[in-house]
Amino acid sequence: MRIGVLALQGDFALHEEALARLGVDSAEVRRPTELDAVDGLIIPGGESTTLLTLMKASEFVPALEKFHASGRPMFGTCAGLIVLAREVVNPEQFSLGFIDVTVERNAYGRQRESFESEGEATLDGSPRPLKMVFIRAPRIRRLGPAVSRLASHGGECVMARQGTVVVAAFHPELTEDPTVHRYFASLVKAER
Amino acid sequence: MESGTLRLKVGLAEMLKGGVIMDVTTAEQARIAEDAGAVSVMALERVPADIRAQGGVARMASVRRIKEIMATVTIPVMAKCRIGHFVEAQILQALGVDYIDESEVLTPADEHFHVDKFAFSVPFVCGARDLGEALRRIGEGAAMIRTKGEAGSGNIVEAVRHMRKVTSHIKRLTTLGPEELMTEAKELGAPYELVRWVAQNGRLPVPNFAAGGIATPADAALMMQLGAEAVFVGSGIFKSADPAVRAKIIVQATTHYKDPAVLAKISEELGEAMPGIETSRLAEKDLLQTRGW
Repeated sequence: MRIGVLALQGDFALHEEALARLGVDSAEVRRPTELDAVDGLIIPGGESTTLLTLMKASEFVPALEKFHASGRPMFGTCAGLIVLAREVVNPEQFSLGFIDVTVERNAYGRQRESFESEGEATLDGSPRPLKMVFIRAPRIRRLGPAVSRLASHGGECVMARQGTVVVAAFHPELTEDPTVHRYFASLVKAER
Repeated sequence: MESGTLRLKVGLAEMLKGGVIMDVTTAEQARIAEDAGAVSVMALERVPADIRAQGGVARMASVRRIKEIMATVTIPVMAKCRIGHFVEAQILQALGVDYIDESEVLTPADEHFHVDKFAFSVPFVCGARDLGEALRRIGEGAAMIRTKGEAGSGNIVEAVRHMRKVTSHIKRLTTLGPEELMTEAKELGAPYELVRWVAQNGRLPVPNFAAGGIATPADAALMMQLGAEAVFVGSGIFKSADPAVRAKIIVQATTHYKDPAVLAKISEELGEAMPGIETSRLAEKDLLQTRGW
């Protein structure tokens, strides 16, 4: 099993390190053809406007649609969540629409409003506390009926899943806790 | 709930990796930069090439200009304060800028001391020419280091020298025994704990970006291949003949820096670059990189 990390821009190297700590193979994906060699894909944190510009320049959009249709899991953190959402506001912008949520960009404010805190995640049946890092983070403002909540902070959904698509508003790759990456790796393994 | 932690400061720098931070002087330029795919913009009164040409005291940009730029784009906005000018930094923090560059491009306000960057919740980036300088700035609380290069020169040679100096020194540290590190710290003029951390980990404890003289997509890719994790482009974009096109191509070059076929293909549309300066002919007093202590 190998998990790809979209390496157009952002903290992709930290996701690779998080997977390596779990003993999971990873590969950087900079061209659409490189998607063929991976069983799942992480879209990392970064700037969503930059990611979209680069995705369009390399014709990633149809390749990712094919990837999603093939049933291979995808996990987006922060900018990755924005790129995967059905609808984006503040401002409205293009997104892939693979998960039925509405996301508000920079919803907490600027960098001085960035924060770390403890939330609660239910990834393996029982809820447990999880350290969460929010950096100029988006907020999930609406969850579609087919979307399930995986984690909350202050009563709000901050991690969700629809089928093979998982999204988080926070950055599990910025903490040492392997829980979230382990969850995604096991999803990729199950879907192989 | 905690804010202003080192994890959050370094975290934002992590999100900027693989990206291009562009100097802009107007809201319109900021929009061009964002549309081209910049990860962040640096709000300035004048770009370094104009500061160099016009002379005089270069200060923090006007509050009105910074606010206009912040209101125009959704990407993070950085702004520069003078070296040691902690009140300019306080004002930038109060405005809500996302990163402060304590920069040698502006006229220094203090000839001995830099800003105590731990006193701020907004993160700081600082320039460095060598490992000692980088670690002194990190010791003061910088959450990102960039090469100084020679801003406004359009000449990449200084940034290359600074990046090579930092990376080769880091490599050398990893080969030293523990008994050698205190003397090394003394000679570097850097905190011992940071010297030991670098020796053990083989990298800086914060992201390491490139700046100062990047004018072409090839320059950006060169710095990335030399180990930079992102690039700042100052005068190189808006002093060129084709800012919007050049900005977009430099963004792509920074992503596909390892792929010469892509670099060749995207460079076809390039127009005229900014004029360059032979930095070795500059008098010591005209160098910006020697500012900082």
